[in-house]
Amino acid sequence: MLKFNLSNHLLVGSLVVIVFFVVAPNLVSAYRLELLTIFLINVILAQSYRLMATTGDWTLCHYILMGVGAYATGVLAKMAGLPFYVVMPMACVVTAFVSLLFAIPLSRTLGFAFFIASFALGEFVRHVWLKFHYPFGGARGINGIPKLEIGQGGEWYFIDFWDSQNFYYFTLIFTILALMILFRIDRSRLGNAWKSIYSDRELSESIGIDVAKSRIMVFCVSGFLAGLAGSLLAYQIGSIDPHNFEMVEMVYLIIWCVVGGVKTFWGPLIGVLSMSVVFELTRPLAEWRPALFGLILILFLVLLPGGLETLPARIRAMLNKTSKQREAG
Amino acid sequence: MGVDTIVQTFTNALVLGSIYAMVAVGLAIAFGVMQMANFAHGELFMAGSYVVFTLYTLVGIPFLIAVILAFPIVAAIGMVFERLIFRPTRGNVLAGFMATAGAGFILQVLVGQQWGVGLMRSIQTPYPGSTEILGAAISYQRLLIFPATVVMVSGLWYFLTRVKHGKALRACAQDPEAAVLQGISLNKMTSLAMLLSGGFAGVGGALMAPIIPVTPYMGHTFAVTAFIIVIVGGMASIEGAVIAAFILGFIHTIVTTMYDSVTATMVGVFFMALVLIVKPTGLMGRVKV
Repeated sequence: MLKFNLSNHLLVGSLVVIVFFVVAPNLVSAYRLELLTIFLINVILAQSYRLMATTGDWTLCHYILMGVGAYATGVLAKMAGLPFYVVMPMACVVTAFVSLLFAIPLSRTLGFAFFIASFALGEFVRHVWLKFHYPFGGARGINGIPKLEIGQGGEWYFIDFWDSQNFYYFTLIFTILALMILFRIDRSRLGNAWKSIYSDRELSESIGIDVAKSRIMVFCVSGFLAGLAGSLLAYQIGSIDPHNFEMVEMVYLIIWCVVGGVKTFWGPLIGVLSMSVVFELTRPLAEWRPALFGLILILFLVLLPGGLETLPARIRAMLNKTSKQREAG
Repeated sequence: MGVDTIVQTFTNALVLGSIYAMVAVGLAIAFGVMQMANFAHGELFMAGSYVVFTLYTLVGIPFLIAVILAFPIVAAIGMVFERLIFRPTRGNVLAGFMATAGAGFILQVLVGQQWGVGLMRSIQTPYPGSTEILGAAISYQRLLIFPATVVMVSGLWYFLTRVKHGKALRACAQDPEAAVLQGISLNKMTSLAMLLSGGFAGVGGALMAPIIPVTPYMGHTFAVTAFIIVIVGGMASIEGAVIAAFILGFIHTIVTTMYDSVTATMVGVFFMALVLIVKPTGLMGRVKV
């Protein structure tokens, strides 16, 4: 007999989701497929951001880190003409290295100062892109990033990722990989050590966790995955410029994480999913959309601070309360 | 570099520093009392500019009266922020900060819907012409900003050190619990802090309206600089904010004159990172934030 415990739930659930994403390209239009690809990239981004937030460090530069990955991809693929299996790992490593450079001064600050200082460092990088026409292309950015392909035309193993369906599957593989890694980290000793920093910094320091080192490490791992998301994004949209990585985008990333919550692994997934749906539904009201999302952000922070992931527990607590009241009355 | 260039750069820096001070002081007041970090401070600045645009350009009220009216109007918006956002999220700096980011979005969209998004609103200067100091031409409109800042900041100083409510505000900033024990209402004080904060941002925006292009998104750059300033100055310190504002004003103007504005922003941001690394409390800060 199959025992239906939590891990089985999880296994069945993720299999169902994966099967859905595997068959999805056959069910939707080409336009929707592009949206799904972007959605997957956003999932990687939000999950890597959540990893940062587990230590209690919310940053304002995650979108810039994604941009670093995208710019590294653009420069390496277009100017150096390297194939994707060299470009993508290098983009991730470059982003992780930039994260390291960010993290060393940032680990000296805490809370709000950390938040603002990360923003300032991010703006610094964005201005570097704006200022240097070579190799970053200044305000126009990098256009015509070559699409990735495996093999040459005519060879039997040739896969052309101009085809959006192929690129979708490519992204899906990386998303699943990234999520598996993050899930393992979340359940590991290391992940727990990082979470303990958020719960009680001094206590975790006293039991031998090197807080400063851990925070730098989280920043780098998170940056590595943001770089992956950026690299995929650069290949997907084919051209990048500094305006792709403005503050507004960062606020949307924060909205996903606030709406979903960051305590559990599922929070950001719920956040990205629900907000993407809202985003698509409000397409006719495009100019009012920022206001709507601003309102959502305020309402969640004020009324439901833990995000949607805490909703079941809240409802349960409420029901318990009413049933107890009934018993008493 | 001739004398005229030096005088020109110096006055430009003084004017820029004044406007930075006006905006940053508002942030510092709000942060000093119960750590209200307002992401939408730039949008309050923008609202001030639109008050002048509406009252002066559209309705035809004299410029100075429009500027003075910007204070209560934008202060009211600040108080709404306090009531709806900062009060429910009190004790969680980041939550308030992020929520005001949402409020900033809302203000941008509302203004954009009312007065147009893409269209740049140019406001005719009420004081055309310029004066010449040692060969450097400085327009009257710009020259107005420095005395206005001096009046506003010294008014604030008088309020905080001589008036009962101002003293209560400072007490709140120093030790909220002790202040409450003295019978000071915390809610009233946070409200007052946001009133002052909004008012200063509004007047700053109003004064700058004839000088810079007025768009719903104009506040962003000013907010970024204002945040850099308050961090350099030490988050909750008003003196620190004023000093840092003039430092940043001079850095920005000199680098812009010698290179370009993108480099100037980079230098400013780098300066802030440096201050944070060397002295995380900021120049005049007492507490680490």
